[in-house]
Amino acid sequence: MPSSKEKNRTKREQALNQEYQAIAKRQQKDHKIPVLRNLLVAFIVGGLICVVGQAISNLFIGLGFKPEEAGNPTVATLILVAAVLTGLGVYDVLGQFAGAGSAVPVTGFANAVVSAALEFKREGLILGVGAKMFALAGPVIVYGTVTAFVVGLVKALLL
Amino acid sequence: MGNYLTAFLVGGAICAIAQLIYDLTPLTMAHVLTLFVIVGGIISGLGLYKPLVDFAGAGATVPITSFGHQLVQGALKELEMSGPIGVLTGIFDLTSAGITSAIIFGFFVAVIFNPKG
Amino acid sequence: MANKKLGAQTLQFNRPPVLLEAATVVGPLEGQGPLGDTFDVIYPDQLNGQKSWEACERGMMKDAVKLLLDKAKLSVDRVDFMLAGDLLNQLISGNFAARDLAIPFLGIYGACSTMVEGLGLAAMLVDGDYADYVVAATSSHYGTSERQYRFPTEYGAQRPPYSQTTVTGSGAGLVTDSTYHPGRYPRVTHFTVGKVMDRGIKDPYDMGSAMAPAAADTLQRHFVDTDRTPADYDLILTGDLASVGKKIVIELMALAGYDMGQNYDDCGCRIYNPDKQPVFAGGSGCGCSAVVTYGSILHQMREGKLKRILVAGTGALLSPTTYQQGESIPCIAHAVAIEMSEKGAL
Repeated sequence: MPSSKEKNRTKREQALNQEYQAIAKRQQKDHKIPVLRNLLVAFIVGGLICVVGQAISNLFIGLGFKPEEAGNPTVATLILVAAVLTGLGVYDVLGQFAGAGSAVPVTGFANAVVSAALEFKREGLILGVGAKMFALAGPVIVYGTVTAFVVGLVKALLL
Repeated sequence: MGNYLTAFLVGGAICAIAQLIYDLTPLTMAHVLTLFVIVGGIISGLGLYKPLVDFAGAGATVPITSFGHQLVQGALKELEMSGPIGVLTGIFDLTSAGITSAIIFGFFVAVIFNPKG
Repeated sequence: MANKKLGAQTLQFNRPPVLLEAATVVGPLEGQGPLGDTFDVIYPDQLNGQKSWEACERGMMKDAVKLLLDKAKLSVDRVDFMLAGDLLNQLISGNFAARDLAIPFLGIYGACSTMVEGLGLAAMLVDGDYADYVVAATSSHYGTSERQYRFPTEYGAQRPPYSQTTVTGSGAGLVTDSTYHPGRYPRVTHFTVGKVMDRGIKDPYDMGSAMAPAAADTLQRHFVDTDRTPADYDLILTGDLASVGKKIVIELMALAGYDMGQNYDDCGCRIYNPDKQPVFAGGSGCGCSAVVTYGSILHQMREGKLKRILVAGTGALLSPTTYQQGESIPCIAHAVAIEMSEKGAL
């Protein structure tokens, strides 16, 4: 049980921390995150990537795929392009520029997988590439799956 | 199936919302993307993602929210066909294109290229 | 009997050990920066022909130490001890460089304050009559620290404008007994050991804000212990606070009654040109303070442009694990005072 002396010290520490963080925030003014700029760029780049996806999808439909079937090859194509751009060292530049505009489309998922595979290649194909490929993208798969299970369970119980 | 304008607007909007959350909270992009997959799944479970796909086409199928949608739809389809066990077995039915191509292309790119730093 | 201790945290050396020689090896981005022509060796890329970032970094440290000994015309077997550290888990750059150089080795960790910690400890070994020649070396590398602390280097993460860029660079200094070098040399007169400070900053992109309290605390401690003021120095340098941290320190010191507006700068602000290079708020990393101090600052001291300086290295003592477990970032700062003088003239 913390003594009252310790509790007072903690309170003082917290007060000092708050005071300091106010100073730090103020001095960070010149290097603040440009929220509006980021918002606009994410919107435009994200929108454009989806337009490209739409074009690819229309291409596949033109090649004979049914509209509901065109989604899969479209995703695969986008992933291939993003994978190559990651390998060429280009996707991280796009990422810095566009933020969520490049991370949210499925191309961002590909970048997360490929960049990890690339980086950990030095630790070998098994323990590096194989084991760490999903270091960044794993959460999306895990929680997508858990969500699907929970939603499915809820539906099953309601029916 | 949507057209270029709706794809641009909806896809852009989804990314813009993610960017706002990323910039205004201490969450990392991995957190935000995970949140979006979950939200996409829930919207799909409510039957509202399909109409979005019809309206925006790639604007709804390209963002990571669509992954949540496909996972949920996979579970629900199999639930319909084989009963409750389908909720476990059908999850990856519709989405394998994304995961398999990420693994395969990721592997080959990693073997061929090197990180530039 | 702590005869050589001043106040609470400062050591004063009776025969201020000489910083006899130094060597710096950097990467291409640093070579293209404003201090480009003050470095000894500039690598053409982040690998320099090696198979991994890690191999490149320890190669840099090895090259820096070998070049140092070449410049000092000292053979490896005459070096009594080597103190070295870096940012990587288990200090692999230091360990492997020490293995190849075969110098009796003490690994140290101060994060980005390692250069000053090493220099201070080296001075203690020499002034304490435990050694004649001690090498203090440190290194950092953009690729190695990105992949350990943050993300794979090709990952498209978006950094905020207040974040910093890890310097790819290694600096090594040779400290020796004052008795052997009576001429005009830079001598380490004081070493102020810092305390770990934590003001609750949790954002690992916000290193400047995290480290500034430690810098301010150690600097104040130094002035109180030595009965000096900022005006007693020609230049006061912090290690890698960069643009944001530097401003915070000026304000914190002003609140404590010290005017740091005239002669204070930061190595992270000097090493890059933020207008022309994609470096956000400035440089960071062990190599930052090392290559700036052992390069341009040492040159200026020898040219007579700086007589007495105070270098406060700052380190953020977090790990990827503590960050993921929701902890804040504790930091430390150590300071050394270096003065150009002839033996006995202090």
